[in-house]
Amino acid sequence: MDLVLSEEQKMLQRAARDFVSTRSPPGRVRTLREQGGFSRELWAEMAKLGWLDPELPPGFSMVLHEELGRGLVAEPVLPCAVLAAGALVLGGTDAQKKEHLPAVAAGSRLMALAHQETGNRYSLDRVQTDAEKADGGWVLRGEKQQVMGGATADWLVVSAATDEGITLFLVAKGAKGLSVERQHRLDGRDAAIVKLDGVRVGADAVVGEVDKGLPLLERVVDRATAALSAEMLGLSNAAFDMTLEYLKTRVQFGVPIGTFQALQHRAAKIFVELELARSAVMLAHAAIDDDAGDVAVARAVSVAKAKCSEVAMLVAHEGIQMHGGIGMTDEADIGLYAKRARVAELTFGDAAFHRDRFARIDGF
Amino acid sequence: MSRSPDLDAFRDETRRWLLEHAPASMRTPTKSTDELCWGGRKASYPADVLRWRDVMAERGWTAPTWPKEYGGGGLSKEEAKVLAEEMEALTLRAPLIGFGQWMIGPLLLQEGGDALRREHLPPIVKGQIRWCQGYSEPGAGSDLAGLQTKAVADGEDLIVNGQKIWTSYAEKADWMFLLVRTDFQARKQDGITFVLVDMTSPGVSVKPILLISGSSPFCETFFTDVRVPGRNVVGQRNRGWGMARALLGHERTAIADLYRDRDDAGRLVRAARRELGQDAERIADACVRDRIAQIEIDQACFDGVLARGRAAARAGDKPGHESSILKYYATELTQRRKDLQMSIAGPKGLGWEGPGFEDSDLKLARDWLRSRGTTIEGGTSEIQLNIIAKRVLGLPGL
Repeated sequence: MDLVLSEEQKMLQRAARDFVSTRSPPGRVRTLREQGGFSRELWAEMAKLGWLDPELPPGFSMVLHEELGRGLVAEPVLPCAVLAAGALVLGGTDAQKKEHLPAVAAGSRLMALAHQETGNRYSLDRVQTDAEKADGGWVLRGEKQQVMGGATADWLVVSAATDEGITLFLVAKGAKGLSVERQHRLDGRDAAIVKLDGVRVGADAVVGEVDKGLPLLERVVDRATAALSAEMLGLSNAAFDMTLEYLKTRVQFGVPIGTFQALQHRAAKIFVELELARSAVMLAHAAIDDDAGDVAVARAVSVAKAKCSEVAMLVAHEGIQMHGGIGMTDEADIGLYAKRARVAELTFGDAAFHRDRFARIDGF
Repeated sequence: MSRSPDLDAFRDETRRWLLEHAPASMRTPTKSTDELCWGGRKASYPADVLRWRDVMAERGWTAPTWPKEYGGGGLSKEEAKVLAEEMEALTLRAPLIGFGQWMIGPLLLQEGGDALRREHLPPIVKGQIRWCQGYSEPGAGSDLAGLQTKAVADGEDLIVNGQKIWTSYAEKADWMFLLVRTDFQARKQDGITFVLVDMTSPGVSVKPILLISGSSPFCETFFTDVRVPGRNVVGQRNRGWGMARALLGHERTAIADLYRDRDDAGRLVRAARRELGQDAERIADACVRDRIAQIEIDQACFDGVLARGRAAARAGDKPGHESSILKYYATELTQRRKDLQMSIAGPKGLGWEGPGFEDSDLKLARDWLRSRGTTIEGGTSEIQLNIIAKRVLGLPGL
């Protein structure tokens, strides 16, 4: 993948920007947060456009998630198509792929990855949920937290500790012993507590190999982290554009406040940071697209997530400050961006977590 | 990557030629740009450096895209790209660098008449003449357009009086391109003329400036009744400001490019392991580890910005105001690096000269001090932020 957008990628960018700005203005979040997090109608339209395809090439996924980020689109494209279905793309059997991937792409099946637990912070290997062999299948026991897209998911991919490691399992909604409870997080999107109280699944529910779930999970989460970084780039750019517009129109002391150098230099610094973040996001997707190897992908993804986490929070905080009092009101969209920025920052590891991971990868 | 058969043939031929003609010593990394050839009559260089320069100059490949009639290589953009890629692949040093290739040469190709080009371009290509830039003055730093060096017409000639400052390597240069005021009544930007001056002209004198870092890369240059032939005016009289501004863009890109081939990758990590110890293969001090990671991540992002610029140029996109972004960030990043080097070194970094300090430690303080100038020269960081705010973001001026 080259570090400029191809013609096809530019076409997707235009189409997505157009769709998002007309069908999903950022203020939609205020209604959705009261109504289950997202719109089934919009989901169906996105499926028709081909955006839910779990096998979307990295360059296109990057462009799409940036545009979704711009409009704070709350539909669970990342939790469903990238994260949960991504586990099947990278580790599923042919039968599992055939069963689930076309249904996800068509928008008729929602999936979620249940890997996070209370107290495990960002580590993927500390898993309390347990899977025991029984009658040729498995019995799952444990509790997952803040499962993105979990409240509406038809199928879950669950991580659980097995004898010699961790293993991923497919679990259908409605399975006996499974309970799902919606959680409300600050961005208003779908998230859930998933309780597994002796849930029985067959041997064919295993995704990838038994005990070898960790490397698979790491690869899946790295790809999702790249997509999330693209989303953060989009939301940061939108929050910045909005703030810039405010600097040009808000008049105090008889002039637009953007006339003041104290604000100009801060805006210019944010712009430079956004350029760096864009480069990092492109490099991460290029590493995935070029099959650079797991270590090189992990390194590039950590660079991108560290940078985008810093930049998204910088834009969010500066955006509120530069909006002044209005920035503190629920009525102004800048606050919606700050809330999503915070959730994204603290998902899959914040900047400090990824700096440490980068240092480990580089051997220091 | 191009797949044209012509370019592939050019690539093969170029690689063969480079392998055949490049001295082996020119394939090793340099510690600083001082080891590269800046050309000129005044400096002396190791034999291999000169041999490499001359064999490349013979082909015009010290200025690959300049027209052949002026001594250049006459390569298309695509061919020049191939040449650069092959040189990079063979880890070859640049055969010749300097303000001649970066700034005045490209300007003459755009603005100069045929006579000026014939006179000045071939000696630049061959590395015979080294150029310096006379812009800043004691009273005209960030406010460059306020410059006061005066040029008064005397027949066809101009008589120049005044003083330039921060002239990089003026004592080593043979010629200077400079900005002079030819109209004191007009708006300050409209009274400036771009002229070329032979540094051996009577009335030119140069005095190096000692910096806090102990080195003297910059000079003051004084002009007392210096007679400059009228043909040495580039473009039209009183139209020099536009050209100078365009050149500043080149300068910022050149400054940013200097940071691309840095030799200090891994240096912070090595120093931290040595000075702070290790704990299970990791740098023992978690704070320093985090600061290093932060710098290297930002460096990776910045390298990505440069790579995107090159990719965009290949795709035919016009450059915008990237040079301000590059200059601003490259220099801020360098300062962070040098600052952290001092923190890691601790008391070992405090030596200035003499016994009790390793040579490499003696360099640390000087590098740190020198780095403070990078955000001042070539347009301060604040000026770069002004440019971004006004020209890229469209924020209103007072």
